[in-house]
Amino acid sequence: MAMFDRVKNIDRRIIFLCIVLSVIVPLLLDITFTEKASPIVKNIFDKIESLPSGSRVLLSLDYGPSTVPEIQPMVNALVRHLNEKNHKVYFMCLWATGQNLTTITVDSVQAREFPEKVYGVDYVNLGYKAGNEGLINVLLTDMKKMYTTDVHGTYIDDLEIMRPVRNLTGFDLIVGLGGGTPGIKEWILFAGDPGRIPVAGGSTAVQAPLLYPYWPNQLLGLMGGIKGAAEYESELITYYPKYKLKSKPGIKMMGPQAVAHIVIMLFIIIGNITFFAQRAREGKAKGK
Amino acid sequence: MKRQIPLIITAIVGAVLIVSVFIPHDPFGRLGENFSVYFDIIAVFAFILGGGNLIRVHGNRIYKRAQDWPFSIVTVAGFLVTLVAGAFKIGNPNGIKGDVAAPGSLFTMIYDNIFTPLQATMFSILAFFVASAAYRAFRAKNREATILLVTAFIILLGRTPVGHYVTFWLPPALEFFHVPVLANWIMSIPNLAGQRAIMIGISLGVISMSLRMILGIERGYMGEGSK
Repeated sequence: MAMFDRVKNIDRRIIFLCIVLSVIVPLLLDITFTEKASPIVKNIFDKIESLPSGSRVLLSLDYGPSTVPEIQPMVNALVRHLNEKNHKVYFMCLWATGQNLTTITVDSVQAREFPEKVYGVDYVNLGYKAGNEGLINVLLTDMKKMYTTDVHGTYIDDLEIMRPVRNLTGFDLIVGLGGGTPGIKEWILFAGDPGRIPVAGGSTAVQAPLLYPYWPNQLLGLMGGIKGAAEYESELITYYPKYKLKSKPGIKMMGPQAVAHIVIMLFIIIGNITFFAQRAREGKAKGK
Repeated sequence: MKRQIPLIITAIVGAVLIVSVFIPHDPFGRLGENFSVYFDIIAVFAFILGGGNLIRVHGNRIYKRAQDWPFSIVTVAGFLVTLVAGAFKIGNPNGIKGDVAAPGSLFTMIYDNIFTPLQATMFSILAFFVASAAYRAFRAKNREATILLVTAFIILLGRTPVGHYVTFWLPPALEFFHVPVLANWIMSIPNLAGQRAIMIGISLGVISMSLRMILGIERGYMGEGSK
């Protein structure tokens, strides 16, 4: 019984150490698994795949550095896919912390991997504007009321890519990528529903269950956490095998996630064994 | 007057915004649009209020040498340095008209080297606390807790490829019990039903609260209690 007590009162630093190892070891050993896109993720991929070349897609990067590991792999995969299909990509953000991440995405993926694409013709970075859902409300009727220039100070009217877009209804698809409020829910309520614009999303794993009520009628598809990102990456690799050699952080992070989940489950099982052992011991003592 | 004017503004704006959804034609449509623009402009001023409040609260703490006041110096200094770096675009290769987040600017340096590691660290620490808390508190004490525990296990397994390997051998007739299928079912049926019920409940609450505000019954937003 002393052993059960020792296990029950285990030093939490041992638990922390196990979690550290469960993340680091699979990363070092490069443990990866085969992923298959679930219907909720595949819907987004199929929609982008089926849109005619040159369709206008708005990416709203509504997150901060804390959720980069979960959201950024989705953003990178989406940007690659949109460019492969020659769609017009519009970047913006509802979060002040998103502007730097948008610029990083534009510089490190859009401009670096697709140098043939022209800024202002094939893609544009509109940046951040305050107002949350109020901002979406205005963009739905008139984009130029809020966005008079892009992040570089160039007038919207001088950008070729912006000419056919008067308001949000000019987009063929809106993809909200975020980890909180305002985010995907606001895009559905204030743009997708009133404007009848298809909305898809990518969120953190903890946020995903809250968005399921909108799927599939109001929300076209949803990438939830690293798993969602890994599924999208695997679908991209299936259609465009050249990305097999490129960075695929979603798939790579599924290894540590799988091992960490198993470690947590083992701890829960051990915790319950000690709990039942203690209960049996207390029952016996009462019986005496 | 001090009380009546905000009440009148709330009643008019609230009523017009509701009407503009059902009658999106002039004058309601245009008024609804304009009110949304005013909201966005006012939202920008919230930053000024927030910044002012931060300086007031932490300035007081520093002045009074309250508990942990040196941390307030770090907060105020961090705020002011970031504000100046962003507002004047210090070090921005494209000058004052360039993107505030342009690589090489002081603002981006602060964001990349201070803000990003701090936020990432805070969020990462959660994994350790979740593991520790799950070990100590996640017990099958009764029937409800056991259902929760089993559901959590299925989702934990289903969100990883391990779930597939655990039950891939099941015959097609038992495909429903394949862990990823079961996890998807939990998310799409019981979770969805529960979330929808919560959302409908919250929405009804928001509608009644909004009506109370428009009618001037609820005055909590003005620092008063209900009428």
